[in-house]
Order: sequence, then C-alpha cells, then structure tokens
Amino acid sequence: MSEKVTATTYWIGYKTIVIKEVNRILRIWAQTLIPPVITMSLYFVIFGAIIGRRVGEMGGMPYMDFIVPGLIMLSVITNSYGNITSSFFGAKFGRHVEELLVSPLPPWIILAGYVSGAVFRALAVGVLVWLVAGVFSGFHMHNAVVTFSVLLLTAVVFSLAGFINAIYAQKFDDISIIPTFVLQPLTYLGGVFFSVSLLPGIAQQLALANPIVYMVNAFRYGLLGVTDVALWVTYLMMVGFAVTLFFICMTLLTRGVGLRS
Amino acid sequence: MNALEVRQLRKTYKNGVEALKGVDLDVAEGDFFALLGPNGAGKSTLIGIISSLVNASSGETRVFGTSVQKQRSQAMAEIGLVPQEVNFNQFEKPFDIVVNQAGYYGVPRALARERAERYLNQLGLWDKAFKMSRTLSGGMKRRLLIARAMVHHPRLLILDEPTAGVDIEIRRSMWRFIEEINAAGTTVILTTHYLEEAENLCKNIAIIDQGRIVEDTSVKALLSKLDVETFVLDLREPVDALPVIDGIELVQMDATTLEASIPKSRSLNRLFRQLEESGMEVVSMRNKANRLEELFVRMVNLDGENAA
Repeated sequence: MSEKVTATTYWIGYKTIVIKEVNRILRIWAQTLIPPVITMSLYFVIFGAIIGRRVGEMGGMPYMDFIVPGLIMLSVITNSYGNITSSFFGAKFGRHVEELLVSPLPPWIILAGYVSGAVFRALAVGVLVWLVAGVFSGFHMHNAVVTFSVLLLTAVVFSLAGFINAIYAQKFDDISIIPTFVLQPLTYLGGVFFSVSLLPGIAQQLALANPIVYMVNAFRYGLLGVTDVALWVTYLMMVGFAVTLFFICMTLLTRGVGLRS
Repeated sequence: MNALEVRQLRKTYKNGVEALKGVDLDVAEGDFFALLGPNGAGKSTLIGIISSLVNASSGETRVFGTSVQKQRSQAMAEIGLVPQEVNFNQFEKPFDIVVNQAGYYGVPRALARERAERYLNQLGLWDKAFKMSRTLSGGMKRRLLIARAMVHHPRLLILDEPTAGVDIEIRRSMWRFIEEINAAGTTVILTTHYLEEAENLCKNIAIIDQGRIVEDTSVKALLSKLDVETFVLDLREPVDALPVIDGIELVQMDATTLEASIPKSRSLNRLFRQLEESGMEVVSMRNKANRLEELFVRMVNLDGENAA
C-alpha cells in the first residue's frame, strides 16, 4: 500500500533532497569547498598583505580588513550560484531530475531542497574563508545578526537566480555564461576592493545601481561596522529579489519549463 | 476501482507532432497489462503523461480514482515507474539511489534503508549496493531501476521496456520478481518488444498505433483471433520438390527445413499424411514465431494501411 501524501511526506522529501545535496558537496569537497578557500587565501596574500601595505587605509581601516567582507561575499555569491546551476543542470542533463518529477513532491519542496543545499555550500565556504581571513587580519564581528542575515539572504538570492539559469540551460556552456559575463564583473565592481565613495560622480551613481554593492556593504557593516549604503535599502532590495526570483522559479517549475515536455 | 483510467487523452508536441489522438484506456486493479505498439506509436508519451513527465494537451488520467492533472502529488504516490532509459545518477551508489527515492515519497530514512536492502537483495544487487552505479552492468542497472520503483510500495508499477538488452537468464529472474509483485496485489503495466513476454505474463493487452488504441482486450481473446499458425518442420532427408496440399502453404527454407502455415480449422494429421506419402519423414517440429507477434504485426500493418 503506498503512503498517503501528507505534510510529513513533504518534510521527509525536503530533508532527503538536502541530505543528498550536502552529501554531494562533502563527497567532492576538493571541488566544492577547497578551491574558493585557496583562491581567497591568494587574494589575502597578494591584495591584502603585499599590495595592501602600500595602499594604506581604505574606508578608515587597514586595506586587509577592508577587503575581507567583500571576498567572503564573493565566495558566497559564486558558490551559491555555481552549486545550484551545476547540481540542478547536472540532474537535468543526466535525467535523474526525473526521480523528483515523478515523485509526489510539489515544485516548492524541490526548489527549497536545492536552495538549501546551495546555501549550505555558500555558508560553509563563507565560514572557511572567514577563518582564513582571521589568520591575516584577526576575527572581527561588529553585529552577528546583520552578518548572518546578509550572508543568508545573499546566498538565497543567488541560489534562486542560479536555479533559473539551470532551468533554461541546454548545455554546460549555458551555466558558465552568467557567472563569467555578469556575476564576476558585478562582484569585482561591487565594492569588494574599494569604497564606492572614492568613485567620481557618475561612476558612483552607476556603482549604486549594482545590487552587489549593497550586499557587500551591508556585510561589511556586520563584520566591521562601516558601510557606504543604508542597511534598510539593502534588506528591502534583497527580500525583494528573493521574493521575485522565488515566484519566477515556481512559475517555471510548475509549468515544467525545460523539464516536462 | 480501476488502477488506471485514461479518457480522451491527446498530446500534440510543440513541433506539431500529434502523439496521442484521443486515447481511452482502463486497467483494472491487480491486472498484469501489456501496452504494445511499434516505435513512435505513442507508448512513451502515454506513460510520460501517466507519470507526469509529459503534460497532456487535453483529456484526463486517473490513477486509482485520483486525477494526475488535478491532484498530481497523491496520484504520483501510487505509481512506481521503471523508465526505458537508465536515469539515475551514475555517480551515486545503488543503496543511496534507492534510499533517496524512498525519501521523495515520504518513507522515513530508517524504513527506506530496510526496504532498500530487501529489494536490492531480492534483485541480486546487494553485493553491488555500495559500489558506484556506473560500474554496474546493463542488466544490473535495469534491476536497480526496478528496486528504485518498488521502494515506496506503489499500487501501480509501470515498466517501460524493462528487459531491453538484458540476457535471457536475468530477464527470467526479473519476470519472476515482477510476477510475485503482481501476485501480491500490485497492478503492473508493461511495454515490451519481446512479445512472448506479453503473451506469457499479461492478462490483458492494448495495442497502440499512430496515437490511437487499435485493440484493447484480453490476451486470450486476442490470440483466439489468430486463425493461421506457422510451424517449422525438420526433415530427416533433403527434399527436391514439395507436395501441394490443399489449404496448407508449404515453403522450403533449406534442404531439410520446411515452413507450414496451417489454418486452425485444418487438421495437422492431413499434413503429416501427405508428407509421408511424398516420402518425407518429419523428425521435429516447433512454432515458427510467437503467436502474439504474428497478430501484432498483422494489426499494426493493417492499421497503417487503413491510415494510408
């Protein structure tokens, strides 16, 4: 006799997707957790320790301290986005997404499971990079609630965005286009290495149109207590992005775009 | 209650291909049902719609009274699907694949582990349970698909070409397993190209061709329509010429082998008598082909000619 579908079915289904995703991330830790830590360590050594000494202060603090929040956010953004695109597109490509599509699980549970997996990886990488940063600049924590909530919201927003990318992707090239041509430039120009207040008039206005500037600055406030932008704007924007992207994901999943013929 | 009810099901793909043209079908609870049809007939589309992998253009599908289109989650809980192509993650272990699939149906993890062990054992895969599934042979992968489909104890098991490319010994062990499941009360729907499987295993049968059901009856009733049977006769000595026997068609295959097509109304004694009178001694005899296969080819060809 098959099981009756209840809230417990959905809860167990959700946990199963998360366990599967977390196991995948841990199983291939050399691909998922270590590379960003090595890359960020190099950033800390080159930009922070070597070049940073010559730069002096940025935003009223040592340059090394200034770049730490941005580099953690850079890791969180690329890993949340990259995890969900590779995992969900891989499931589509290998057709094992059909295991979920023929199951009783509704679209929002499938989405929640994959997003949770991506958030786990983003936070794990974020914590590892934060630990490495601590070696170079010491451990700072101005406001733990802001730090954690910004980290979480950023990971959720970029996981949802990555999910949309994975749904539309037809080949592996399609999941590298957005990270290379959109995310990377926006992140590098998003106040990771410099304070937007240093930019001249029009460039500063343009920089403020970049949502990553807000996320990096809010996170910098959480760790160091300094920011170029208002916190409430950042929260409003991130919640707005998360809700909008969630509904886009739900619409695509419910219609079966790229999944059901 | 029927395990499956399909009403006026239509599917037209975006490229304009009309795969299903108003299919009606009922499968009774507990049945072992064969769904046959040539390639491109609409079988996979029909199974895809039943299992919610394909969206129907119109019509309705009910699984144990629950609409796939309106109450998808509940309907899917009743179905176990063995797809035509291997679709599990080949970088996962068979045990994990089966346990995770159980989880998607709300089976608690401890129970899922017990069931995974039981089904992998029953299907002869336990010694491979913790190896990477990409290292399994083709037959093992097919059996893993069955274990995965059964782990949530579906009331309706759909097998889409489950034994394609599987050697005869493994195929037979798979069928014993499926027969036991059916005997325990699970309704089974099977598509296969090995028509002797359908003839030997299934109680009822539907033939689909060009998006329409062209036959929907019991296997017994269908076979009763076969009015001519073909036998292969092996002779002791080579023959040069064949006797002409009224109502029986004889064809020489090689020096010592004949094929005899005989209407069911005719006696075989007459055939043997005539051959004996012509100095031929028959040393062995067998059915040329599976009877269902002959009917299938005839029905599908007839339908194709009518459509043309």
